[in-house]
Amino acid sequence: MEVDQLQRTFHHYHASLFNEGFLDEQFVQLQQLQDESNPGFVVEVVSLFFEDSERLLNDLSKALDQENVDFRKIDAHVHQLKGSSSSIGAQRVRDACIAFRNFCDERNIEACLKCLQQVRQEYLLVKTKLEALLRLEQQIVAAGGASPM
Amino acid sequence: MDLGVKPVSFTSSSASWKSADGVSDQFPAGLRVLVVDDDPTCLRILEKMLKNCLYEVTTCNRAEVALKFLRDNKNGYDIVISDVHMPDMDGFKLLEHVGLEMDLPVIMMSADDSKNVVMKGVTHGACDYLIKPVRMEALKNIWQHVVRKKKHEWKEKDFEQSGSVDEVERQQKPPEDVDYSSSANEGNWKNSKKRKDEEDEAEERDDSSTLKKPRVVWSVELHQQFVTAVNQLGIDKAVPKKILELMNVPGLTRENVASHLQKYRLYLRRLSGVSQHQNGLGSSFMGPPDAPFGPMSSLSGVDLQALAASGQLPPQSLATIQAAALGRATTKSAIPVPLVDQRNIFSFENPKLRFVDGQQQQNINSKQVSLLHGIPTNMDSKQLATLHQSAQSFGSMSMHVHSQASQSNSLLTQMVQPPSRAQILNEINGSHALNLPSSAGQPVLSQAVPNAVLGRSGIENVRGPVFTSVSSPLQL
Repeated sequence: MEVDQLQRTFHHYHASLFNEGFLDEQFVQLQQLQDESNPGFVVEVVSLFFEDSERLLNDLSKALDQENVDFRKIDAHVHQLKGSSSSIGAQRVRDACIAFRNFCDERNIEACLKCLQQVRQEYLLVKTKLEALLRLEQQIVAAGGASPM
Repeated sequence: MDLGVKPVSFTSSSASWKSADGVSDQFPAGLRVLVVDDDPTCLRILEKMLKNCLYEVTTCNRAEVALKFLRDNKNGYDIVISDVHMPDMDGFKLLEHVGLEMDLPVIMMSADDSKNVVMKGVTHGACDYLIKPVRMEALKNIWQHVVRKKKHEWKEKDFEQSGSVDEVERQQKPPEDVDYSSSANEGNWKNSKKRKDEEDEAEERDDSSTLKKPRVVWSVELHQQFVTAVNQLGIDKAVPKKILELMNVPGLTRENVASHLQKYRLYLRRLSGVSQHQNGLGSSFMGPPDAPFGPMSSLSGVDLQALAASGQLPPQSLATIQAAALGRATTKSAIPVPLVDQRNIFSFENPKLRFVDGQQQQNINSKQVSLLHGIPTNMDSKQLATLHQSAQSFGSMSMHVHSQASQSNSLLTQMVQPPSRAQILNEINGSHALNLPSSAGQPVLSQAVPNAVLGRSGIENVRGPVFTSVSSPLQL
């Protein structure tokens, strides 16, 4: 009973993440990669993403804080964040990165700072949501159900 | 030695699957893939995807490490997938290395889908370019690149075998030409002869071939001799055997020359690839405003050449630049230096090389018009016809430009070419002006040329013929 309920909650939540644009098709690819031999695959990749993103966001903060802003470096960081976010399907983060890069090209510090804020915000949002989703999955498995991923 | 066509077996690892001619049931399972990406998230995902395709995956997050893996285990991999943007080494550089040293198919990938980056992949010889995020479907079929390459190599083997057996036997180092992707960018320079190597065959011929050759260091002098030989033969006809003969360096082998030639060609191709790609028809030859020509280095490079030519500067320094250029990463900043080298190619045939900068007359005369680069360096106004002919071989771009300016010295219209030519252009312009009887702009020119070389205050936005009439000064 509990498992069913959890499963329903999961599916509902899962669908909403896609509907609201937090996740895209690429996340489904990740899910498809998870199987019995790699039951923790999604968790693993998502964790890597979190780690990497936090590092990049910190680097970006520092880079924008410099006296002489190195836009090429910033662009490189943002590019990487764009790459990793798109790889896990974190659509809104990716889109925020794309916008960020445009302002990098313009060498507009103010705008870049705003973009960074935006990217960070989107990142924190998707992080919260993914953590919630993964927690649900965990609960289902703990309650004896099959992983809904 | 019987070099009859034999099925290529990808050595004895895991599922030993054979070539297309003898495809085992398990193929392409067991395909040995090396993935290089500094992004841990992507790397992990790729690894999983490839494993799901039943490929044998090795991952690394540094290009240097990847090269080490490849070098340590020459036959251990079938294909390499590499990200473009990596902190320690540009993906394209890795691509070149792999092509030169191991001759494996390389797939580039990036979140960057801009046309020039993809084009760069093509010109550098990548067999494919994947846009991130990479999907399973994209990875499932990468085996085709391995098969395709092997197929090419067999064809070459057949070809080879009709030639000297001896040569094939000794051939064990990287082939002359890695680029079996479209040669769209190469203009007239055709891959007339692809001499691919069979890693496995080389391995099998352990006894006869000298697998472990002492590494040749391409010193400045050696490179100089090499370039001399190449220019003497003409870039189209420069085959390792002949180059080797011309160079006449004891102890140097054909393979050494072959691999060096390949590097050289790659870098030349890079130039033409960059230039041809950066400019459309008739656009300003200054190209994109942000083209980082590194003008000062160009200028100094030119000076060095001038000095070298006049014997004031030891050719070693000059060759150092060239040698350095060859080793350079494929970045835009490399353009100025290669530019120098490029000039050197042309001017080499003409020992009477004189430069405008600080000198009165420049005679950039090379009968051998660079077919590769589409720049007629022959300044002789009588030879417009020749130029016209050569222009035709440069393809529509040149022709278009050429036809635009039939009225005047269309020589210079040829100059309305990719920005990387700007420097040559300016010098040529300068020289041309100096050669003109009514040198109205002469003082301006001789001063302006160095500026022009700087690429900014020089000839900008010249679209049509620079000299509409003999008497009008050069627009600067």
